[in-house]
Amino acid sequence: MSDNLAASVREICKANGGDRTRLMDIVRAVQAKFGCVSGPAMEMIAQELKVHRVEVHGMVSFYSFLSEQPKGKVTIRLCNDLVDQMAGAAEVGQAFEDELGIKVGQTTPDGKIALEYTACIGMCDQAPAALVNDVVVTELSTDSARRIVRELRKHMDPARLVTRLGDGNNAHELVHAMVLNNIRVKGSLIFTPTNRGEAIRKALGITPAEVIRAVKTSRLRGRGGAGFPTGLKWEFTRAAPGERRYILCNADEGEPGTFKDRVILTELPDRVFAGMTIAGYAVGAEEGIVYLRGEYAYLRKYLEHTLQERRKDNLLGRNILGKQGFNFDIRIQMGAGAYVCGEETALISSCEGLRGDPKTRPPFPAQKGYLGCPSVVNNVETFACVTKILEQGPATFCEIGSQGSPGTKLLSISGDCKSPGVFEVPFGIKLSEVLKLCGAEDAIAVQVGGASGQMVAREEFGRTICYDDLATGGALMVLGPERNVLEAAEKFMDFFVEESCGYCTPCRVGNVLLRNRLARILAGDGEPSDLDYLNDLGQTVKIMSRCGLGQTSANPILTTLKNFRPAYNALVKKRTDGLQPAFDLRTAVADAERVIGRKSEHAHA
Amino acid sequence: MAKPKVATTSLAGCFGCHMSVLDIDDRILKLIELVQFDKSPIDDIKKFTGRCAIGLIEGGCCNEENVRVLQDFRAHCDILISVGDCATMGGIPALRNMVPLQECYEEAYLKGPTVHNPARQIPNDPELPLLLDKVYPCDEVVKIDYHLPGCPPSADTIWEALVALLTDKPVQLPYELVKYD
Ligand SMILES: Cc1cc2nc3c(=O)[nH]c(=O)nc-3n(C[C@H](O)[C@H](O)[C@H](O)COP(=O)(O)O)c2cc1C
Ligand code: SF4
Ligand code: SF4
Repeated sequence: MSDNLAASVREICKANGGDRTRLMDIVRAVQAKFGCVSGPAMEMIAQELKVHRVEVHGMVSFYSFLSEQPKGKVTIRLCNDLVDQMAGAAEVGQAFEDELGIKVGQTTPDGKIALEYTACIGMCDQAPAALVNDVVVTELSTDSARRIVRELRKHMDPARLVTRLGDGNNAHELVHAMVLNNIRVKGSLIFTPTNRGEAIRKALGITPAEVIRAVKTSRLRGRGGAGFPTGLKWEFTRAAPGERRYILCNADEGEPGTFKDRVILTELPDRVFAGMTIAGYAVGAEEGIVYLRGEYAYLRKYLEHTLQERRKDNLLGRNILGKQGFNFDIRIQMGAGAYVCGEETALISSCEGLRGDPKTRPPFPAQKGYLGCPSVVNNVETFACVTKILEQGPATFCEIGSQGSPGTKLLSISGDCKSPGVFEVPFGIKLSEVLKLCGAEDAIAVQVGGASGQMVAREEFGRTICYDDLATGGALMVLGPERNVLEAAEKFMDFFVEESCGYCTPCRVGNVLLRNRLARILAGDGEPSDLDYLNDLGQTVKIMSRCGLGQTSANPILTTLKNFRPAYNALVKKRTDGLQPAFDLRTAVADAERVIGRKSEHAHA
Repeated sequence: MAKPKVATTSLAGCFGCHMSVLDIDDRILKLIELVQFDKSPIDDIKKFTGRCAIGLIEGGCCNEENVRVLQDFRAHCDILISVGDCATMGGIPALRNMVPLQECYEEAYLKGPTVHNPARQIPNDPELPLLLDKVYPCDEVVKIDYHLPGCPPSADTIWEALVALLTDKPVQLPYELVKYD
């Protein structure tokens, strides 16, 4: 076994060129082969790559899909984000537990099957969903959960769990997934027939500076959430000194409730790769990386195949479409289950084979990004927009949408609505109209922008989706009349507590304190002063955190405090005895009573 | 007008914070002019004689007795101040929070390297208060109005805070008094 391990590790390291910056691929390969990256494996990897063992250990301990201890040959990761919970993930989890005879977090005694909870896997529109190794299973029920376990026990082959195929390319033999696209509304930009190669041909017919000008003229802003003007980002990257430049496509899509990039990658990967190629031409880069979240591993073969086809057709490679001297190629970097890796500097760390820690900015990626070189990081949808802009010209793009927010936006809508899925709508659309489209007229609240976004109340459904009002990376989670908005906020806080990288104290500790205080209020032990506490601490976490995760993690609390104040007020009551209701002496002395064998007089007085 | 009363106590602390109170040196004479001490180890008054303006708490709560005393302080004092890191955050005693209580008892009474306990019994005298499952900072047990950081807070810190409160001024301590690095 250990010979086998040594030989395999050596082989895997060699296949990755013994390159330290490919550590992620190396540990992923070891994990896939041995079900864990054990202590001895880390030691060997460190030796092969000539790095310290702690660097390998740091990597393995950071990502939730990597583990030092063996899990199971098959790991079932049940998504427990808010929407999946609303759809009954807890009951499904119970069914898995019963059928497997273990609890969540455990592995069956025969070492075959492990059961875990995981954060949003990008399937909210077909919740509850789970990953069985790389295979996605959706619309789970207690029955199907039991069936899955029984099947696995028989053949241990997750691929055979896919008994019906999804629509579109989900049915492609290289995807072979039961996932549904659920495209509900097609707009006039993204979901339109593709004209493969045309955008690149047009871009190569003008100078790089003119390409950037076209993107600037379109006033395209980033679709990943922050909304930075794309043309400007490219201009900065082009102007930054450096020998090499890189184009990174952010396909991490970790924001709970977001799944539109999944659909773009399934149906329109050519658009995305074309956008990256155009960016490469514009800023002078020869290499592109798609950072694909571990949860979307089922798309990988198909994406690799698409890249291969593009190479064949000279849409990638050397002297693209005969343009002498323009070389560009794309590789896929797999992630391994870490929300923070969607943050652009953490994404870069991850691509460099490091823990997914965000970096301090400035320098921004445009100045010093991947491997210290000027880099463009853009969202999947942003690149798809670029292709369309080059195809039909910036003017047409600007005709759609609103003044400050041209174009369309893909919304991922889930939760309490009749038709969850992906909607391509023009920017500037009213939230109420969107709710009508998806059949959620009775919503009491909508979480706009995922966990890090804002909880919008009914009175504000007249607001518009655009960068100047309700800015969003696209996630809309609808809460119906029977939902508790504050409990939803608590779930989001659980998520941030789990996903904080731990670098800064306000984020690492502050989110825990926020979550605990909210839990106290929900338990009925809150006081009016707790609301000020939440607000003050929330502001501190927001202001004092290093990256966007901590800068937005208090939003579930801050925005519910603002928009759902009566719900809080109904829970808190002022106390006059000066005691902390959450402290219970009986509970606190119970251990000692047991050890000593006498009852506390004070506690039972 | 009667002088306002001040009470003090040491819960799960080391008395270092009380030492720091005494460390105000001759200002203690001024303090006596300003206030009258009520329940406190300083004058050895064991029971509250009446309502107090200020209660100074040293140490967090490690046992049921601490909880009783702290709740008594809350009932009798208008303002409660957590003095020092033990009261504010649990401090050194809270290091045991990572060890299950049973092991704490065993280490103290049965297994510790200097323990001589031929009867192999964990003492069970009603005089000995039962330990809590962990050490709690004061403000997890009762409302605390002010926290003075430090181990211990310097005499100047305690003095400035007391004088401000007794003379109805806002407690705004200069940075030097509350920075510890
Ligand atoms: C915690 C965190 C997670 C993020 N996750 C994503 C993501 O999954 N996808 C994405 O495109 N942008 C994500 N972003 C935003 C990126 O940092 C970056 O702004 C974006 O990729 C830039 O591309 P754009 O300008 O095309 O939107 C995230 C940001 C933070 C702070
Ligand atoms: S804000 Fe949070 S996630 Fe971001 S660097 Fe700090 S600790 Fe890490
Ligand atoms: S804070 Fe320091 S000085 Fe005060 S009781 Fe605790 S250990 Fe002693």
